[in-house]
Amino acid sequence: MDISITVIVINLFVLLSLAISLFKSKEKTILSLKNALKSLAGIMPYVIIIVLGIGLMQGFLSREIISGFLGEGSGFSGVFLAGLLGAILYIPAIVSFPLTASLIENGASIMVAAAFITTLTMVGLVTLPLEIKELGKKFAILRNLFSFIIALIIAIIIGVFLG
Amino acid sequence: MKKLIRNYLCLSIVIAIFIVLLFIFPQNKESIIENSVNYFFEMALILPAVMILMGLFNVWISEKTVANYLGKQSGLKGSLISVFLGALPTGPLYVAFPLASSMIKKGASLSNIVIFLSAWACLKIPQELVELQFLGWKFMVLRWTLTVILVVIMGAVIEKLVSKNSFVG
Repeated sequence: MDISITVIVINLFVLLSLAISLFKSKEKTILSLKNALKSLAGIMPYVIIIVLGIGLMQGFLSREIISGFLGEGSGFSGVFLAGLLGAILYIPAIVSFPLTASLIENGASIMVAAAFITTLTMVGLVTLPLEIKELGKKFAILRNLFSFIIALIIAIIIGVFLG
Repeated sequence: MKKLIRNYLCLSIVIAIFIVLLFIFPQNKESIIENSVNYFFEMALILPAVMILMGLFNVWISEKTVANYLGKQSGLKGSLISVFLGALPTGPLYVAFPLASSMIKKGASLSNIVIFLSAWACLKIPQELVELQFLGWKFMVLRWTLTVILVVIMGAVIEKLVSKNSFVG
């Protein structure tokens, strides 16, 4: 395990934010930390489930299988499949990034990864009923449909630049 | 609280399945455990920081503050403010829907609401720290840029297609 510069920068940045907050208000800072602890307890099951899932995926699905469905050679169907999975699945964004990183490590293309992350966060079939209730049928369906199309465009451009 | 208990129950079941699988397929055991442990530590190095940042946002930037600023500006400036406001507070997307709905009734433009919801969903600052850690800054910057451009266009299109009158009342 190596501690990267990214890790150091992230932790320093948050430490600095915490110091500024403490300087401005002690009560609010304590409340923030309490909130943080609560969120940590809330997200922990997801983190462990995803981490175990990543381990199992790497143990049981060969590189060939993953790259066959989601790799460079899978073309548009791979991007579409990943986009569809992202739209259906309901995974917190925070744990979706390590999951995606492990997919790339095991043969998925960058293009597919971008499609997956974008639909996972922006398109929500699970939350669609609530969105319709709050914002109306036309708005909700159009937003999800356009977001899906946008995800495919983002994926293709990212694939061209970084693939 | 109920949800928390349910999630931990779910977790126990997954752990049980995981252990059973390791017993049935002992030949894969080592690589599976090593991979899981590696990813767990990589998460553990930043997760407390991300959660603290979320906590700070929750306390210092209330939904009321966001609501006050959203929808006051129009045009490109309004679009960029909507991106910024969406990226700030925390909480899942379903928290943003009722907020968006009340903002429309108070006069925010539909295009700003679309941009706000999209930024809320996929450009959240605390969660972006995790993206930075696992996918790198090149991927993150490119995805941010493309998302902002395309979401602004989507906002304009949806505003043309959906009548705002359907929201009033």
